[in-house]
Formats: sequence, C-alpha cells, structure tokens
Amino acid sequence: MVKIIYVEHNGARHEVNVPEGENLMEGALQNSVPGIDGDCGGNAACATCHCYIPSEWQAATGERSEQEDAMIELADTAKPSSRLACQIKASAALDGMEVLMPETQH
Amino acid sequence: MATQLTDTRSTQTLPQGSISYPFPPRVKPDLPNHDVATLEAYLATAPLEDVDIADPMWWSTDTNHIYFKRLRNEAPVFFTSVNNNRHRGFWSVTRWNDVMAVDTNHQVFSSDAHLGGITLFDMDQDFIMPMFIAMDQPKHDVQRKAVNPIVSGQNLANYEDLIRSRTCEVLDSLPRGEVFDWVDLVSIELTSRMLATLFGWPQERRRMLTYWSDISTSDPELPGAPTKEERQGILLGMLQEFTVLWNDRVNSEPTGDLVSMLAHNPATRNMPPMEFMGNLVLLIVGGNDTTRNSITGGLYFLSQNPGEYAKLRADHSLVDNMISEIIRYQTPLAHMRRTALQDTVLGGQLIHKGDKVVMWYASANRDETVLDKPDEFRIDRARARQHMAFGFGIHRCVGNRLAELQLKILWEEILKRFDTIEVVEQPERVPSAFVRGYKSMMVRIPA
Repeated sequence: MVKIIYVEHNGARHEVNVPEGENLMEGALQNSVPGIDGDCGGNAACATCHCYIPSEWQAATGERSEQEDAMIELADTAKPSSRLACQIKASAALDGMEVLMPETQH
Repeated sequence: MATQLTDTRSTQTLPQGSISYPFPPRVKPDLPNHDVATLEAYLATAPLEDVDIADPMWWSTDTNHIYFKRLRNEAPVFFTSVNNNRHRGFWSVTRWNDVMAVDTNHQVFSSDAHLGGITLFDMDQDFIMPMFIAMDQPKHDVQRKAVNPIVSGQNLANYEDLIRSRTCEVLDSLPRGEVFDWVDLVSIELTSRMLATLFGWPQERRRMLTYWSDISTSDPELPGAPTKEERQGILLGMLQEFTVLWNDRVNSEPTGDLVSMLAHNPATRNMPPMEFMGNLVLLIVGGNDTTRNSITGGLYFLSQNPGEYAKLRADHSLVDNMISEIIRYQTPLAHMRRTALQDTVLGGQLIHKGDKVVMWYASANRDETVLDKPDEFRIDRARARQHMAFGFGIHRCVGNRLAELQLKILWEEILKRFDTIEVVEQPERVPSAFVRGYKSMMVRIPA
C-alpha cells in the first residue's frame, strides 16, 4: 500500500492507502475522497481528476502524456504542476505524497 | 499474427461535395406502415446493410436502439452505404471503447467544418459557419478557452441563486389539475432564460434563442421546416441582431456575458462575421437543445419507472447521482461525427482518409460490455458520472457543469413542491439522428 494525502482546495486532508499499481483517480474514488470525479474512467479523456503535484514529487510522478497535456491545456485552473490523477500510478516512490486539488473540476 | 483487413467500403463512399441540394429521395424499407411495432420488428432482423439509421423515422419512433444493439454485437464498426447519394456513406462506431478511441484521437479524426464538421450530414459547404467545436487544434483551443471561464465551477457559483429563483418562479406558475406541455412551460422556459442570461440577451425576447436553435438543427426536408435557403436567411438575421449586441459590448468595459467575452478576447475579437455566427450557433444549440431534452427526459424516465420515483421521494440526496443517470439515459446529442485525416484501422475495419466516422454516443451509453444493465434507468447507479453523453477528449462539452447545476436545482425544487407529476401520454419526439429529444410531453400536476 502507498500512502497518498489528498488535499482539498479548502485545506481538508484525506490520508488514504492506495494499492501499488492503482492510479490516483481510482485511489480517490475508492476511498470516497471528495474533489476528484474521474468522469472518463481513467482515459485522460476529460479533466475531472485534475490535481497539482508539489514540486518535490514531480520527478517521481513523471511527465504528462500528449493526450493528458491536451486536456490540461483546456482547464482554466491549469498550472505547470497540473496532472490528471488517473495518469499517475501509485508506487513506493510516491509514499507520503500530497496531491492538491483545484476548487472545482470542469 | 496480422489480421486480414477486408475493405468493405472503398467503392461505396462518395467524395465530399458530390451531393447537391435538394437531396434525392430517401430509400426506405418496404413496409405496410411505419408504426413503432412494425419498425421494431423490421430492425430486429433486417440485413444490417439495408438500414439507414440517419433516417429521422428511426428517431421519431425511438426504435434506433434495436439496431444499435445489433451493431454492437455483430458489427461494432460498420459502414452504411444505403442512401449514400444523400449522406455520402458513413461509418457507425457503436461500442464504448471504440467511441472513446475516436474521441481521444483528434490527430487522426478531424472536426473541421471544411471537411464537413461534426454532424452526420455535412455542414453546407457553400455556407460554412466556423465554430470552435468544428475546428481542430490549435485554433480550437484558443477559441474554446475564450468562453470556458463563463461555465467554470467558480463562475457557476455566481449563477446558482439566479437559477434557483427562476426555477422556483417557473414551477410556481405551473397549472394544477390541468394538462399542459412540460417541454414548453418548463424545459424551454428554463433553458431559454438561462441562455439569455449567458448571452446578455434581452429576457423578453428569449424565445428567439430557442427558435434559432431549432432552425440551426432542423432538417430542411421535413414537412413545415424552412428550406436550406430560408434557414440561411434566418441565421443571417440572427447574426445581424447579435452584431448590434457585439458593437455595444466591444465599445464598453467587459460585462462577463458571452458576447462581451468574445468581443474582448484577443482570440475571438477579430472573428469574421460567419465565424461569429458559427460560434453563436454552437453556444445556442449547446446550451439549449441538450439541457432542454434532459429536463424532459428526466421526468419521462421517472414516470416510466415508478420504483425509481419512489426511491427519489424517499431520499432526496439521490438527486446528484440521478442527474448523471438522466443525462446518460437521454444522451441528448445522439452522435458526433469526425472525418479521417489518414487511412487508419478501427475495430478491425480499414477506414480510409476522408471517410466520415460517426460516434454514436446513444449506443456507447448502452454498451452492455462496459455498463451494468445499461437499458435500465437506475437513479442510484454506481459511478453514474462515467457516461458518454458529454463526449470525451478536447471537444468534450464545455457547458457540462452548468447543465448539471440546472438539472440539480430543478429536481431539488420539484421535490419540494410536487409529490408527483403525471405524464399523460407518450411524448412526441424530435425526428433527428442528432438532437435526441422531445417536441412536446403532456403532463398533469394533481390539484
């Protein structure tokens, strides 16, 4: 299990254990973490699991794919640290990571 | 092992521009009559290649789902050539995963208006209305981003009180103990008021927006519909009226409405008139037909599923989940279309450059290999948000959160007021393979 801390826009923290290999959108949905919707089911085809990854974790979470980048590009709350949670898989290297959420998903 | 691809359509596709208006007569199945039972029986066994699912007949009777179920099982990526002298021939993509593959591959599957655009029937090539839904990257992205903020979550919070007070006003004005048309008094009323607000358009003339929306999507061949030339004239009239609004907005400080946003954003402020018109049509149709038909559909589905209505009455917190289920079950836009920019393979079929590829959202939303008992309307469906009705990829519906908010408030307020609303006869449906909706639905609220 990998410890992930989902942080809502209002600062509310949700510490959950995500099985290794599971993506972080599923990790939120399966633990009823509010603020992540995951409308497309994990295809990087919407942007409703939009989140921000703190800089110290970005090397471990890797790069956006082309499709992911195209979807993030259209989100009005996009920042350089934006990722889609469904495109990040839980691994030992992410243990203890904070995932920050925007005010709303669109 | 390489799979042998059979080319099933190369001699059947007509080139773009080869169809002239008016279209030749439509080939129809030879049947004693066209009532629902006869059409259903025909679709259950007809050779797949004999059916032109673009025929409005399959949509006004709501019989199309029988054909789509067969396509999903027997030929999930299937080429239709019957009546190709009207629509040039098209691929039907009917399974969830194949639709997802097309929708997320905008590099291969183009939305460009100049290639025909985003609906099964090509946009009139002598009257091209560029609009961002019918553009590819990069222009699509900058124009979409110009209007995105008005329907973002943060901005919607500003509209919530207004939507609620209007919804209350409309519901409180409904007759009791009398039969009336829900489409007219509720669905159109609420969506036209919202649209007028978004555009900064005068409320007293809000039904003009409904009129232009209906004109934009009307089939010129249906009895009573304007001809192609008349339709173009009406839309030019719309452009003229909105140009007055544009000139007012461009010369004042930003007011936050859509026309003002388009007039002030560097990406859109120098649009040629036809492009302004195109984007108006997109935003009017996008904000009108879709929510309108989900408002009607929701009530219809509850009336057909009294057990679900009882569940809702017993637990109002189901509204949020129900809204997504209503939108899935209605799928107010039955399809979106793309044009292949290169030869490609989809579902084992060879698709040629230039081919028309129709993603049937209405079918993908009933894909039994992905969804649990998709033919059932279940307001407490698990993961109801995971439906196809808003599309996926870069062209995904920009107004989806607004639509959900309007529906949520409507149902919260209905539940506060009415124990039941009776649908007294079958609704009359829109005869269109694009707009999947209702012309009228007669209802009664007990006195």
